[in-house]
Amino acid sequence: MIQFLLKGIIRDKSRSILPIIIIAIGVGLTVLLSGYLKGAFGDIIDQNARFETGHVKIMTQAYAENKDQVPNDLALLDASGWIDTLHNEIPQMQWVQRIKFGGLIDVPDKDGNTRAQGPATGMALDLFSGKSGENKRMNLESSLITGALPKKAGEAIIGHDFSEKLDLKIGDEITLFGSTMNGSMTFKTFEIKGTIKFGTSAMDKGALIIDLTDAQQMLDMENATGEILGFLKSGVYDQPEVDNISEEFNNEYKLATDEFSPEMFTLREQNNLASLLDYADVMSALFVFIFVLAMSIVLWNTGLLGGLRRYQEFGIRLALGESKGKIYRSMVLEAVLIGIIGSVLGTIIGIAITYYLQVVGIDISGYLNNSSMIMPTVLRSKITPSLFYIGFIPGVVAMVFGTMLAGIGIYKRETANLFNELEV
Amino acid sequence: MNSTIISLKNITKRFKVGEGEFTALKDINLDFKKGEFAGFVGPSGSGKTTLLNIIGSLDSPTEGQALVMNKDIAKLSHKESAALRNHHIGFIFQVYNLLPVYTVYENVEFALLLQNHSKAKRHKMVMEALEWVGLTAIADKKPDKISGGEGQRVAIARAMVKRPELLIADEPTANLDAENAHIILKMMKKLNKELDTTFLFSTHDEKVMKYLNRIVHLRDGSVEEDEIIVKEAYQ
Repeated sequence: MIQFLLKGIIRDKSRSILPIIIIAIGVGLTVLLSGYLKGAFGDIIDQNARFETGHVKIMTQAYAENKDQVPNDLALLDASGWIDTLHNEIPQMQWVQRIKFGGLIDVPDKDGNTRAQGPATGMALDLFSGKSGENKRMNLESSLITGALPKKAGEAIIGHDFSEKLDLKIGDEITLFGSTMNGSMTFKTFEIKGTIKFGTSAMDKGALIIDLTDAQQMLDMENATGEILGFLKSGVYDQPEVDNISEEFNNEYKLATDEFSPEMFTLREQNNLASLLDYADVMSALFVFIFVLAMSIVLWNTGLLGGLRRYQEFGIRLALGESKGKIYRSMVLEAVLIGIIGSVLGTIIGIAITYYLQVVGIDISGYLNNSSMIMPTVLRSKITPSLFYIGFIPGVVAMVFGTMLAGIGIYKRETANLFNELEV
Repeated sequence: MNSTIISLKNITKRFKVGEGEFTALKDINLDFKKGEFAGFVGPSGSGKTTLLNIIGSLDSPTEGQALVMNKDIAKLSHKESAALRNHHIGFIFQVYNLLPVYTVYENVEFALLLQNHSKAKRHKMVMEALEWVGLTAIADKKPDKISGGEGQRVAIARAMVKRPELLIADEPTANLDAENAHIILKMMKKLNKELDTTFLFSTHDEKVMKYLNRIVHLRDGSVEEDEIIVKEAYQ
């Protein structure tokens, strides 16, 4: 019977083409939108992890409470000791120190007078040890627009947009004015070795990146650090795993009586990323729900039209002795076959476009001119294993549901009228 | 003597029409034996189709008892009626009603798909049925590529392929010219003799009447005359 139904589906184009097109479009859109959401939100989260939150972050409780103000006076002391402890106790993560700081950049002219000035958002990374992986993590090498990475103390790289604003060239010297962790004024001169573009407006417009040791020296933070970031060595954020790590760490080291004791935060607990992650899941589910509902209504309509067109066929089948239930089941079986064909087609189309957008992306830099959010300027979709079934199952369900609604009419048909109906 | 396969006792059929009722059949009493080649004749509204509906288990009587193949039609569920039609009754319509997307072979085969025969057995039975009606040569053609006469022969093959005990034909020659009508009727007569299938017609076509062994004249829902033409076929 399946073979018989398949022949009908293939030969009777008007029976199959329209539902297949509807399902393919619906499934394709679902796959594409899900892939795009996953990619875009994934990029935002990944970008936040790399630049800001890590997969987990350790700060003193006091620092954490005011972290938006970058309170380096509340920094974590004995940073190298903590790093050793973390490497020993949580070896599945890579641990790095980071210091964030603010300051004023002064650019002198050839006579030593101020030529340009601008506020800088500084970030100190472990650039020189070669073990931190920060270069690769922050894509420093590939994000360089001009020049090279710092090789020794006293060298810095600066956001490309920022360098243009200050009219800086490679080899120029700048003086950074700021305050130490003890509150006194400090300044240090750096040589610009390169300009960089992260694709993140907030960074590109004001970032200054120096080595950790330079920052510790300039800010009087001997063996202290603002933050310790942990990254899972697998590279993939795993919420249950980081939850366990965080819980164990906080149980052991976070002291309610000491505001300078460390506290670990997961990515989800920082920068409102929990709501962003939840939002991505809800949006994805919403797309699937709307798709199933809309497609079911359209396919119900299509099924009703198909039922009218096949009125004669169903009449003959009833006369030949096929029960209404069997005809109904065969319609559902046909719907499953059409649903599978449409869903496969839609999934292929959806994944092809998703792949294209994964490679090319959509440039939203124009909308981020004044944004201080850490988010990528090119949003890319992402192909994940779930895309291979996220549209497929709803596609088949929508087709079957639509047909089931439309097919109810077969039960209302009176066999007593068959002679009249079939002799028109 | 052939056994009785249809027994109609005091059959009355009434339909609701608005607030009132219309009586389509009044107190019909008829028996048909296996192998009969009989027909209901009468003007429009005489109750021919209503009677065929009841005998074909497409409808049930309001009063009385209709036994077809020893099954009481009024007591059959929808599923049991369908099973009775599937295994024991074939239908031929005025319009051939072939499924347009399937070939001649597949149209005939469809009746067997409902009976779950093996592919090999289905093939044998379909080719045999097409041979009866002389259409093996056009087995692969679609209905829109064959003539009206051929279409009705395919419909006969479809009705006969499952070897039903009873074949019900409603005005089977109405859309055919005289030559094709005779070919069809001869074919049916031959199958009636060879397979001992009971044929019941509803007709007002003189050509059909000439072939019938028994003519039941209906008027206003009642049997006006039960005319047995070839007695030996009825004994």
